[in-house]
Order: sequence, then structure tokens, then C-alpha cells
Amino acid sequence: MNQPSLVDDLKSGLDAPICLTWELTYACNLQCVHCLSSSGRRDPDELTSAEAFGVLDELASMQVFYVNIGGGEPMIRKDFFDIVDHAVERGIGVKFSTNGAYLTPERAQRLAATPYLDVQISLDGLDAATNDPVRGKGSYEIARRAMDNLADAGFGPFKISIVVTRHNVGQLDGFKALADRYGATLRVTRLRPSGRGADSWHELHPTSVQQREIYRWLLEHGADVLTGDSFFHLNALGEQPLPGLNMCGAGRVVCLIDPIGDVYACPFVIHDEFKAGSVRDAGGFSGVWRNSHTFRELRRPQSAGACASCGQFDACQGGCMAAKYFTGLPLDGPDPECVNGHGEPALKVAGPHPIMAVDHSRAVPILLSRR
Amino acid sequence: MLDRVLTRHPQVALRPEPFGALAYHYDNRKLIFLRHPDLLTVVQSLDGRRTVAEALDVAGVASSRRPSFLAALQSLLDSEMLGEPALTR
Repeated sequence: MNQPSLVDDLKSGLDAPICLTWELTYACNLQCVHCLSSSGRRDPDELTSAEAFGVLDELASMQVFYVNIGGGEPMIRKDFFDIVDHAVERGIGVKFSTNGAYLTPERAQRLAATPYLDVQISLDGLDAATNDPVRGKGSYEIARRAMDNLADAGFGPFKISIVVTRHNVGQLDGFKALADRYGATLRVTRLRPSGRGADSWHELHPTSVQQREIYRWLLEHGADVLTGDSFFHLNALGEQPLPGLNMCGAGRVVCLIDPIGDVYACPFVIHDEFKAGSVRDAGGFSGVWRNSHTFRELRRPQSAGACASCGQFDACQGGCMAAKYFTGLPLDGPDPECVNGHGEPALKVAGPHPIMAVDHSRAVPILLSRR
Repeated sequence: MLDRVLTRHPQVALRPEPFGALAYHYDNRKLIFLRHPDLLTVVQSLDGRRTVAEALDVAGVASSRRPSFLAALQSLLDSEMLGEPALTR
């Protein structure tokens, strides 16, 4: 079959997203310093249950195989299980992220009895001393209790989801061992400077030495560890690419629906610049996916810009759009964490990072304090 | 491979796309890209009665193109999207 590469096929976009993230609410009991959606307070304009069911019906007709549900803390919504059940009844698998605060033994049993359902518990440190400065006081204990509840309910292989930071890179083996002990699957993803992460990224993102460590560790563990294909910028470190798709899927194979129904190119760009429309628009979600100006632009061939002269562009694809945008870098230039060191000089002359227009943080100061 | 009778796992869904189709397995959560419209036709034709060779004929796949189709079918077998009729019921 002589034809363009898979990545080339996908860059021009699909009839429907492969994977769609849906933040169900901006309400959250926690206030993580790297929250992509700057969550905290519920938005009064949140989609109603009926609207949420309507979106699911539309996704079912587009044959979206599964949705990634997040927030905020999605289990805060009173209709959380109604939404999950509605999705599953229509053949849409649900993968949802939770900090575990509302995952009681009873709810763990209900989740265990639901088909097509994956749960991932967020954890950013192997102990409270590493985890809690990022995710909030008591959040380590909350997450571990939720894991215990899922294990006791016989849920099976749930996921433990880690955002890799400067402070937990050294714990990757420990996270894997923890997942193995629970019979769980480990998922590690890249820290993005999005949402409140714009303020914490500079002191949390892995150092260049740590980037090499992450690359080697991911190669060693292969497909046993999930990554959401988020580390493709590391592929320029060696001959062997990491497992998964080596491309930015924003607006091409993925997108995000926020709690009030606004559609963005990916979970890491909740900003007007990347807003494509709303599920409340006349054409619904499918109209936005197929016709929005924002998505059509992303599906056109993109310029490698300043990276065109670098021999590694095919390996790293210029990195992550969100990482560039929220550190004030041009989209057609190097990733701020470019493994060939092109990011650091660019950051020195970068303008201020764009201000988040959508911010549901609670009005309390968030301090990244480490003991 | 050519004389094997295969069928799709009941938990596998196919979604046509401009390049061919996506195949998703609801049980093991695997996603596979079928990178030619003819490959979609072949997979849809594997109904537990036809052999692989017959399904390739249905889609009009000439013998010169068969090796790449057989490799794609092997990856669908490896991910349990296709199987022997008795094993997938």
C-alpha cells in the first residue's frame, strides 16, 4: 500500500475525533498548582444534564468510541453517574480522571459494575511530602484511599496518572511498583504550562538532564506504561521513537469540550486563541468539529518555521503547541523544552505569557511551598 | 492465512475515515488504523463464513497487493480484533 504516512493522514483531520476530552465541571475540591483548566469554582453556565445527554447522543452518532471525562473534579456533579450511564448505553466508552475524594467504597462498587469504564486516579508524588505541595494538603491520602476502594471493589486494572515534574522524576520506578502492587496501569504525562500551570511550570518542569532520564525510562518500559503520546518532543533524543503517535493531535484527532460547552483544540489550550465554537451553537458539536475556522487552520500544512533548519524536526515535530503558546514562544518555533537546547535561549527573549481568559480558581493564594 | 475463516470480535467497532477506517476494541481498548478503504471492505467481509482469500476477492485485492493486506490482517489477529469464529463468540 503505497500511500502517505499515518501521521500525514491524520494531520489533515478525521471525520470525528478519535479521542475527546470533556471537562464536566470547573468545580473542584482541590486547587492543584498545575491545573490545566484553572478549576476551583463551578461555572453557573455549566451544561445541564439534558445538554450533556444531547452531546453524548451526537458523539454516538459520530461514532466517537470513547470520551475522556475530567474537570475540575467530575464526580462533584450530581448527575455524574447519569452521564456515565448515558454514554455507556450508547456505546461510548468512558475514561475518567478523578482525584478520588468522592470515590467511596459504594461508588467504587458501582464503577466496578459498569462496562466500558476506565478510571484514573491522579497522583503526583509517591508520598505526601512530594505530592501535596502540588495537589494540596491531604490529597495524597485521598488518592490512596480511592485506590484502596477500587481494589477492594474488584474494579480490576484502574490507572494511576502522574504528571511528571522536577520533583517526582526520581520516583518513576516507585510509581510503577505502586501500580503493579494494585494490579493497576501506570500513566505518565507531560507537564504543560497551561491553566495555573502557566505560573508553576517554570519551577516544576523537568530539567534537561531529567528529560533524558524520562526518555530512557519510557523506552525501557515501552507500551506497558501509558503516556497519552505526550512526550513526542523527546523523540529527538535518540534513534528509537517512543511508542505511540508522534504528532500534535490538536483539532485534528483530539479536542476538548469545557464545562460550559465551549470547544477547544486540545485539553491544554483553554484560551480564546484556540476556541473553535460551542456545542450550544446551531450546528452542535459536529458543526464545530467539521467547519470551525480554528480547526480548519490546524488541519492545513503547518510551517516548521525556525525549526525547519534543524535536522531533528521529523523526530520531534516542533513539540507541543500549548507549551509554546503559554510560555510566550511563537508556534512555529522550538518547544520550550526542546531537547537540543533551542528552547532556553528563546525563553530568555520571549514576551510575557498570555493571560488565561478562563479562570475558575478560587480566590485564595496558591503557594507552591515545599517542605 | 489465506485459507483461514475469520470473523470480527463482537466488541469491535469500525468507523470509516477518508484514509480507510478506525477499528476499536471495546474490551481491550485497542485502536487500530485500517489504512485503505479496501482493507475496511475485507474486514467487513470476514463474517465467520468466508476465508481470507474470499474476502480479499470480495474487495478486489489483486495478488500483488496481498502481502500488505495480510500483514494488516495479522496485526488485527494479534490484537484479537479478528479471530476464529468459535473463539470470539
